[in-house]
Amino acid sequence: MNLLALCAALFLGGSLLSLVLCERPAWARQASCILAALASFVLLLESSSCLLAGTAYAWAWTGPTALGGFSWSLTPFSALFTALISGLGLVASIYALGYAEEYDSQAGSLGFFYNLFLLGMSLVPAARNVFTFLFCWEVMTLASFFLVILDHEKAEARKAGYLYFVMSQAGTACIFAAFFLLYKSTGSWDFAAFPAAAPGLSPLVKTAVFLFSLIGFGTKAGIVPLHIWLPHAHPAAPSHVSSLMSGAMIKTGIYGLLLVVCSFLGGGPWWWGALVLALGALSSVLGVLYALMENDSKRLLAFSSVENIGIILLGVGAAMIFQSLGQGSLAVLALTAGLFHAINHAVFKGLLFFGAGSVIKSTHTRNMEEMGGLIKRMPVTALCCLIGAMSISALPPLNGFASEWLTYQALLSGFGLSAAGPRVLCLLASAALALTGGLAAACFVKAFGISFLALPRSRHAEDAREASFFEQLGMAILAAACLILGLGSAAVVSILQPIAQALLAGVVSMPAAPASLVPGALLAVMTAAALAAWVAVRLIGGKPRVRTAPTWGCGLPGLSARMEYTATAFSKPFRMLFAFLYQPTREVRQDCTLSPYFPRNIRYSSEITFLIRDRLYQPVIRALLGISYFVRRLQAGSVNLYLAYLSATLTALLLLSVWRSR
Amino acid sequence: MKGAILWAQPLLLILAAPLITGCVKKLKAVLQNRQGAGVFQPYRDLLKNLQKEEVVSETASWIFRLIPYVAFSATAAACCLIPVVLAGSALDFAGDLIALVYLLALPRFFMALGGLDAGSAFGGMGSSREMMIASTAEPAFLMVLFTAAVQTGTTRAGPIAAVLAQSGWGAFGPGAALAFAALFLVALAECGRLPVDNPATHLELTMVHEAMILEHSGRSLALLEWASQIKLALFLTLLADLFVPWGMAMSADLASLGLGLLVLALKLLVLILALALVETSTAKLRLFRVPDFLGAAFVLALLGLLSQGVLKLGL
Repeated sequence: MNLLALCAALFLGGSLLSLVLCERPAWARQASCILAALASFVLLLESSSCLLAGTAYAWAWTGPTALGGFSWSLTPFSALFTALISGLGLVASIYALGYAEEYDSQAGSLGFFYNLFLLGMSLVPAARNVFTFLFCWEVMTLASFFLVILDHEKAEARKAGYLYFVMSQAGTACIFAAFFLLYKSTGSWDFAAFPAAAPGLSPLVKTAVFLFSLIGFGTKAGIVPLHIWLPHAHPAAPSHVSSLMSGAMIKTGIYGLLLVVCSFLGGGPWWWGALVLALGALSSVLGVLYALMENDSKRLLAFSSVENIGIILLGVGAAMIFQSLGQGSLAVLALTAGLFHAINHAVFKGLLFFGAGSVIKSTHTRNMEEMGGLIKRMPVTALCCLIGAMSISALPPLNGFASEWLTYQALLSGFGLSAAGPRVLCLLASAALALTGGLAAACFVKAFGISFLALPRSRHAEDAREASFFEQLGMAILAAACLILGLGSAAVVSILQPIAQALLAGVVSMPAAPASLVPGALLAVMTAAALAAWVAVRLIGGKPRVRTAPTWGCGLPGLSARMEYTATAFSKPFRMLFAFLYQPTREVRQDCTLSPYFPRNIRYSSEITFLIRDRLYQPVIRALLGISYFVRRLQAGSVNLYLAYLSATLTALLLLSVWRSR
Repeated sequence: MKGAILWAQPLLLILAAPLITGCVKKLKAVLQNRQGAGVFQPYRDLLKNLQKEEVVSETASWIFRLIPYVAFSATAAACCLIPVVLAGSALDFAGDLIALVYLLALPRFFMALGGLDAGSAFGGMGSSREMMIASTAEPAFLMVLFTAAVQTGTTRAGPIAAVLAQSGWGAFGPGAALAFAALFLVALAECGRLPVDNPATHLELTMVHEAMILEHSGRSLALLEWASQIKLALFLTLLADLFVPWGMAMSADLASLGLGLLVLALKLLVLILALALVETSTAKLRLFRVPDFLGAAFVLALLGLLSQGVLKLGL
């Protein structure tokens, strides 16, 4: 039996079974998670064997459709993304065995849509014709839409779902436009026909295809300024779904962009790459700046996904520039960096969303200002989140560092180009990446420090309990993966390079490494130095004498959580530094009886302005609403008027046909 | 022989770091018409702190106890990435200048968590400020390193120093001069020196780095202070390596090593004098002027990189 078919059957079985069992929530949860995990596991094995051994799998099913039926097959390029999706899907399903208990009141629908979501998403990269691709794409999008509005009693979730729906359908329309243009010039819906026809396309059509796919896939990937749905939709879904949306689903946007630009069109003029590079730089800097301001743990992670998509695009954009300038081996280096970061982001972002989910399940709040002290109450979760936070801050020897290092190397090699324009672009992009790195570290010091350290800031945080076994297992697997991908970065790069090489057709030589990175050696030296320090300290100072005492509370009796530094205070210097972007507003209100020096209570509120939403989207929305109001006048609800429209249209058509027949 | 020297030179840097700090303090004292403590005072302080009892906040977690070791080991590992006396470094095969920047980010990440861990508002304030300064200093730092990398075609510190040392005075072009100035400013910020931060005070309004490590005591404090002394030594050595590498030993024979050591000591002495002069002649900047200061460093570094990498001035 074909393994792809088996996976599809398992996913469908999981979704149907959870509907059938919806009267018994625990069974429904277990059935849906176990079947999803099994299906993902099979798919992971299959795609990694394709990745490592190069064996191709194919599965076609000519259904009763005019568009060529369903057709899937795994090439190394698509297997990479399938492996990423199914790998994270497997761990998320394990995690959900424990975590989804929180959603047992909706276990039936959660399990149903969760399996459909995974099914659609895992089959997107394997699709081999337009119909199959768009079908899987829409299954993924619609199922995730329903998962976003799972908490549909909350107005916030409904709003997030609506925004997500509108943005993703607009994106799909653009993707369809791109495919349709390709169909018009080739006469085929089959992906295999596109690359051969690409050289014959006019530059205008090529550019149109590129721009449509950039907008369409960019919406899914969450590129600035198309990212506005992401910080609303990702936090609204259950956390294992958020981790899949942030870790895996937005990567399908990267996959689609690479598929169209590299595979179908075979690259383009250098300004395409420059555009992608500029958008990448913009996304990474703005993403992390907004993440830094968030106090909602899941929204913070969602904004940080925008940042990481930006970093991936820096690699992709640089690769496109290098390819168009005939620097094949540099292009391979840059694309490898982008692909590597895509994998790494799936791992650490998945991990951090799991951590956020477990913390929220335990404290019933997403607001970091109400957490604190969790490291003592949830030690395993805290350790895993610390590893995730270190990794996303690109600290050696973990995986985030390895891929950012490679991205730096790729951008640096662009300094040697002969054309001045691309050279300056690479330079500015590397500066953007440097700024992003520093800000990301600040962001995750805040996120981890405020949520997990010091004293609990609320009753809920005080009563927090450690996550369940399966939640811990899911987080531990991903934390281990962060370390393994970091230490084994050379091996991962050697797997990714042939894929990048195949995508950038025409490259014969492998890139020479500009410098080598062995994170394992760095770790070994650090461990040796720490041990040496420990021994030396022991020899000089003798047995450690440690006394515990309360922290000094500035002379007041006892330290309380209200004296701690808050998340808002932590990000205050950044809010002042980047005030031109945030345009913060603040309001201080105090009640006092005698004099302003003795306030009875003070209320402080501070908000930042989202410039892209207010300056870019609001005018468009206002214009659309204005047009709609105008059009509404035609539809005033009077039947007589409608009859008049009908007769007028009929007369006009009759006149037209008479005129045409003459 | 060469391998042994390569591993010995970071050790030299680590062991000599308190002496360098001692020299800075002594010179500052002389410039301020004070007698000051001897240049070996930092060693005595370290020994004293190592033998003291440690007080740990009951609010703090296991991370708090781990921080001094992370800080020390990451800074020590960073020392293995740069040449000191001999042109080459022990970890040239495993990392480069980019790895150096991120290895130095690792202790900062942990120390900032430590500032929050004890629950005191001072620590949190220090962490927040330190991360703000670091995130503006890091881009400038990387741009400086890229300037050197563009000049020589590699990001590894050993080969960079070797290429520059052998290429004569012409290598110190306008790009390098700008980058040198930028790196000096970055070093002031990264090492918590005036006018960015004041290493000599515990006044709550002025402190950044000192506030962050306020809750540490005893051997933890000793290790943290040692780590920051190593960091200062590392930055001064890096300034010498990347911009004035002449006189550095090219081979591992005794004569050139001796000469290299002597030349390095001279270069460090000049840099220490410059540092002491800056620290006695400037006042601490207001916190929100610091980004402007580092912005200036970033612009200098960017100009250096542009003139080096894009306009191809100089070497």
